[in-house]
Amino acid sequence: MDQFAQLIVLTLAAGTPLVYAALGELVTEKSGVLNLGVEGMMLVGAVASFAVAATTKSPWLGVGAGILAGAAVSMIFAVLALSLMSNQVATGLALSLFGVGLSAFLGLEYVSVVIEGIRPLAVPGLSDLPIVGKLLFAHNPLVYLSLALFAAVHWFLYRTRAGLVVRAVGESPQSAHAIGYPVIAIRYMAVLFGGACSGLAGAYLAVAYTPLWVEGMTAGRGWIALALVVFATWKPWRVLAGAYLFGGVTLAQFQAQALGLEMPSQFLSMLPYVATIVVLAIISRDATTIRLNAPASLGKPFHAGA
Amino acid sequence: MSAAGPPQGANRSPTGGSAAANAASVGGSIRLRLEARPEPSRLAGWLSPLAAALATLVVGFVLFSWLGKNPFTAFHAFFVKPVADAYGVSELLLKASPLILIATGLAAGYRANVWNIGAEGQLLVGAVAGGGLALAFPETTSPLLLPAMIVAGALGGMAWAAIPAFLRTRFNANEILVSLMLVYVATHLLSWLVHGPWRDPEGFNFPQSRLFHEAALLPPLFEGLRVNAGLFVALAVVAAGYLFMQKSLAGFQMRVAGLAPAAANYAGISSNRNVWMGLLIGGGCAGVAGVQEAAGPVGQLLPTLSPGYGFAAIIVAFVGRLHPVGVVFAALLMSLLYLGGESAQLNLALPSAVTGLFQGTLLFFLLAADVLIHYRLRVVRPARTPVPVPKGA
Repeated sequence: MDQFAQLIVLTLAAGTPLVYAALGELVTEKSGVLNLGVEGMMLVGAVASFAVAATTKSPWLGVGAGILAGAAVSMIFAVLALSLMSNQVATGLALSLFGVGLSAFLGLEYVSVVIEGIRPLAVPGLSDLPIVGKLLFAHNPLVYLSLALFAAVHWFLYRTRAGLVVRAVGESPQSAHAIGYPVIAIRYMAVLFGGACSGLAGAYLAVAYTPLWVEGMTAGRGWIALALVVFATWKPWRVLAGAYLFGGVTLAQFQAQALGLEMPSQFLSMLPYVATIVVLAIISRDATTIRLNAPASLGKPFHAGA
Repeated sequence: MSAAGPPQGANRSPTGGSAAANAASVGGSIRLRLEARPEPSRLAGWLSPLAAALATLVVGFVLFSWLGKNPFTAFHAFFVKPVADAYGVSELLLKASPLILIATGLAAGYRANVWNIGAEGQLLVGAVAGGGLALAFPETTSPLLLPAMIVAGALGGMAWAAIPAFLRTRFNANEILVSLMLVYVATHLLSWLVHGPWRDPEGFNFPQSRLFHEAALLPPLFEGLRVNAGLFVALAVVAAGYLFMQKSLAGFQMRVAGLAPAAANYAGISSNRNVWMGLLIGGGCAGVAGVQEAAGPVGQLLPTLSPGYGFAAIIVAFVGRLHPVGVVFAALLMSLLYLGGESAQLNLALPSAVTGLFQGTLLFFLLAADVLIHYRLRVVRPARTPVPVPKGA
């Protein structure tokens, strides 16, 4: 039973970067913007947070820096895709390639630096309770924050007027514009929010989960987060479930080795990517569901004068 | 790039929306506005890559100064020194050749809105297929071995690209995500092969295959230089790519599908066939590029076989305007960025990661400059502005 609790704790920890990145991308896509730059924004967030944490010795300042850095690079995407109406697919790809290069460049001097990361909670008394203590009171603070973010995003999108406006902009920017909402400004904010969340996801990896900086350390998690939004058919609670499912798959490679399963490690490392492909195919098979749930204007530029 | 900025639409009364919604203010009362052109501008289309390359140079200038290097020395080390002699030119062509190959293949797909971004994985699987043949026949001296390796590489890359094509046409799965995921799978596959079954028994346990033997290596074109016969393969593919996209019916159908999906559908052009064609062409070209790397400058199978050619080729395809001839020039530029990065590392102690930074910047500037293909900038004076602009906007 204790082992089971441990497994849950590890799964939540492994799924958390996906929760952050996918929730951010969800809000961006709800406004009708497809930002494929998640991987790049995560890497820039990771390197910024690690550098600041290493310099100031404060991992929390690092997290703040990661959020800001993620938002800052998402601004490049926003200006190109929203103000200059560039192709969103190409611009997102550019952001990912740019983020890989920029983070490798900035992170060179931090490659073998050791920092004091953000540790899991240890509430005196509570965390030591059998099973319940581990399950409820011994996670990393950023894991709790990700759950709070999930609740906040869900509440925002479905319980507030502003959330309704964001969804309206994503469904029909022309109508939203005709009623008088500033479509481009709203999309700017949605992109910035997505960038900040991706930055936070990277920061979690660099200053809490590992904590260290390695070139390309996100290892495709940004792309998995993008796929998650499709699996989740743009619904927040499904994003959460999917993120933990994939967190669990990432763990499987370590679990299998612990169980003494004779299999080359490379095949186990392929698992998360193969699983993403399989689930994506299964969910997408029903084209109608995807079409009905995807924001109707997803990926289409909006020009008020057109 | 002065048109870049937060949209002024945010500051205006919401009901005043007009063509100016995407405009950005410049210097107080005179405003710049983007106006849709009735026809896309061909001139802007060809000028925008040049503008992007120039803007990237300016960024490089600023970056070098910021890093405390004399920008002129740095420029010389980055863009002139690497190609100042015959060896440098040979290296330029050597690195441009895989980029030309892959980008020509990708461009065919992108023209039809088929977004294959997994060329890096297709390259690796192509190298595995072609290289596997070299490793399987270590005694062969037959001149047929190399052509067979190239064919095997093309088939390997096509097989890898067939997975996203099948999942897209049969299960509607997004080819961007599937092809990208397969890059990671291919990386682990190659890693397993060179760590395990294909590891060189005399390689001191390094994760690498045996060195290919003479008959499995692409012959160099000149004594002492590394540029090899692969360059001709790349140029032949450019010619074939041009004929296919511009002169064949299938190429025409792919272009129509990309420009006007609804019209293509109405005309009975099969979108599934375009997906298959786009991905198979891209995968096949990337696979051949993989064999060229393995049987050329590398000479064996290694986990670090490709310095990201599959991703850089995406940028090459866009900068080359998805046109085979443009791709050749863009590939030469990108190849120079690779060489410049290496040279900067040697001569200026600058990190070679600068290359990746420049590659991304180049694509950003291209996308920004491309706005002028479909829109023109109009200077709007306040008196003629249809909407009153609040102070401070």
